Amino acid sequence: MIALPVLIPLFTAILLVFSNQARYQKIIGVSGAFAIFATSLFIISNVGGKQIEVLQSSNWEAPFGISLVVDTFSALMLVITGFVSFALAVYSLFYIDEKLITHRYFLFFHTLLMGVNGAFITGDVFNLYVWFEVMLMSSFVLITLGSKPLQLKGGIKYLTMNLVASLFFLAGIGILYGKTGTLNMAHLAVILQNDEQAILMNTSTMLFFMAFGIKAAVFPFFFWLPSSYHTPPVAVTAFFAALLTKVGVYAMIRVFTLFFIQDPQFWHTLLLAVAGLTMVVGGMAAASHYEIRRILSFHIISQIGYMIFGLGVFTPLALAGAIYFMIHNMLAKTNTFLVAGHINRLKGTYKLKSIGGLYKSYPLLGILFIIPAFALAGVPPLPGFFGKFFLIKAGFEAEKWFISGVAIFTGVLTLFSMIKIWNEAFFKKGLEEVPEQGLRERLPLRELLPSMMLGAGTILLGIGAGVFFDYFIEAGNQLMNSDQYIQVVLKNFEYVAN
Amino acid sequence: MKTIILQMALPYIRFILIFFSVITLFRGHNFPGGGFIGGLMASGAFIFQALAWDVNSSRKTLRTQPSVLIGSGLMMALLSAIPGILTGKPFLTGTWVKIPLFADHTLKLGTPLLFDIGVYFTVAGVVLMFIYTLMEEWQWK
Repeated sequence: MIALPVLIPLFTAILLVFSNQARYQKIIGVSGAFAIFATSLFIISNVGGKQIEVLQSSNWEAPFGISLVVDTFSALMLVITGFVSFALAVYSLFYIDEKLITHRYFLFFHTLLMGVNGAFITGDVFNLYVWFEVMLMSSFVLITLGSKPLQLKGGIKYLTMNLVASLFFLAGIGILYGKTGTLNMAHLAVILQNDEQAILMNTSTMLFFMAFGIKAAVFPFFFWLPSSYHTPPVAVTAFFAALLTKVGVYAMIRVFTLFFIQDPQFWHTLLLAVAGLTMVVGGMAAASHYEIRRILSFHIISQIGYMIFGLGVFTPLALAGAIYFMIHNMLAKTNTFLVAGHINRLKGTYKLKSIGGLYKSYPLLGILFIIPAFALAGVPPLPGFFGKFFLIKAGFEAEKWFISGVAIFTGVLTLFSMIKIWNEAFFKKGLEEVPEQGLRERLPLRELLPSMMLGAGTILLGIGAGVFFDYFIEAGNQLMNSDQYIQVVLKNFEYVAN
Repeated sequence: MKTIILQMALPYIRFILIFFSVITLFRGHNFPGGGFIGGLMASGAFIFQALAWDVNSSRKTLRTQPSVLIGSGLMMALLSAIPGILTGKPFLTGTWVKIPLFADHTLKLGTPLLFDIGVYFTVAGVVLMFIYTLMEEWQWK
């Protein structure tokens, strides 16, 4: 059952191999995405915020086979991935050229989705690496689909950096396996908890940290992101913004809560320092740009800092806040990119200087922008506010004063860059311009539908914060007390503590 | 590289490559071999034809698109996951059927074999897709 989020995209991708008619590709692509969303809802209702479900694939007991594990954190990520990717599949119908769709855009969409879902449910370190590779390959195809020179330039940067990350990751796995002789995460946790020499694993931990840091675009490693994210079609950028960096954060949270728990003094300080720098540098860079997609790209980085901040504080509340923030970010950030796509369709550019007066002519678009923008900036009752509130509260409780202050300060930077887009694109008086050929006069309502879905999701997440928060706290608790995870996965395995 | 020797030898080379690729595929469960290497060998047969004549004749002998090979191969691999689920075990669990043949011999058929055949087709399809695309792009002579 819990393997379905991987099997459905695989099945869909296989179906998409057989024909290259655009109509067929569209129908299969979107219905596949919907099936994934429905399955993920079913899975979360099964896991229910309490249990952990495990599936020993091929019936090989852990730690010998590959275990697939869904705890509350994974289930939440699956649901939000399903929701966002369904909205994006619908958006792609309107915003991806027919030509790219016949070149099997949706096939790579689904293999990417398979990689993301696989990374969320796997309980095996090497399997995680495999899913990262699946993701990397399909995202490289997506980023260069269409083969414009700019896209290839961005794609090469993206590929090179991520291959380096994979190399680090693989080296880290090699060292880990050489020392412990296992790749199963739960088994690793048992071994490392009971090993006094676990501090020797710091080499491996550092390699993992760098690998996931590159994937997640944290402070010293983020430069590949803004230089590649503005090149592909905006639907692809939105897809990447929603999923790829978050998988890096997910993996980081998973390994740092489950088995890399030696030497917390050093690692948590490092994580907090990196988080602070990521927030501020990303926020500053976003404030200095005038191209919508670049602003938003830098802004992704700044938001990643908050999630790492939650991990660095390392209390159940902080982890819950980080997860909540991640989900909010996937909804809102994707939506801002979608709105950027709408703006581009109306005005033919992403440069803020040459856009203006959108609110007057398209009030609905303005509202659709202001929901995610205010959510990101942290205006109550939208979810960004609660996310930051939980994180900063956890920070104060753990007496991390300085970093919490930095987080508050970054909130102001975010507000600034969002207001900048708002002012320039929507509020500023329209420029006298010669209407170019091929631009749309108006947007049909059906093209705005994905933005509306994501906007509704954002509002729901914000207003229902109290209701949903039990799930997040439970996810945080499960992460902090890894005993339950270990017991469920290694149920039939008599392990000896040495 | 159009030499008459290769053109004349082609049917035999092709037969040998495909025949042994199938043998490699089937012995792969317990001995060196398997779907991956078998698929590579099978694609070799068609690559030889593309070298000896041209891509079009090779495509004609293949009778189908490489992408169809990839798709059906993946589909077989995916199908091999299903019997496990139907018997109430986790997916991909190996399921075996024993068919008695003459005397003491039995034929053991199982989902790992189906998976391997899927790999065979997928690998052959992927390699052929690469080679055909490259040869057509460079207008290989």
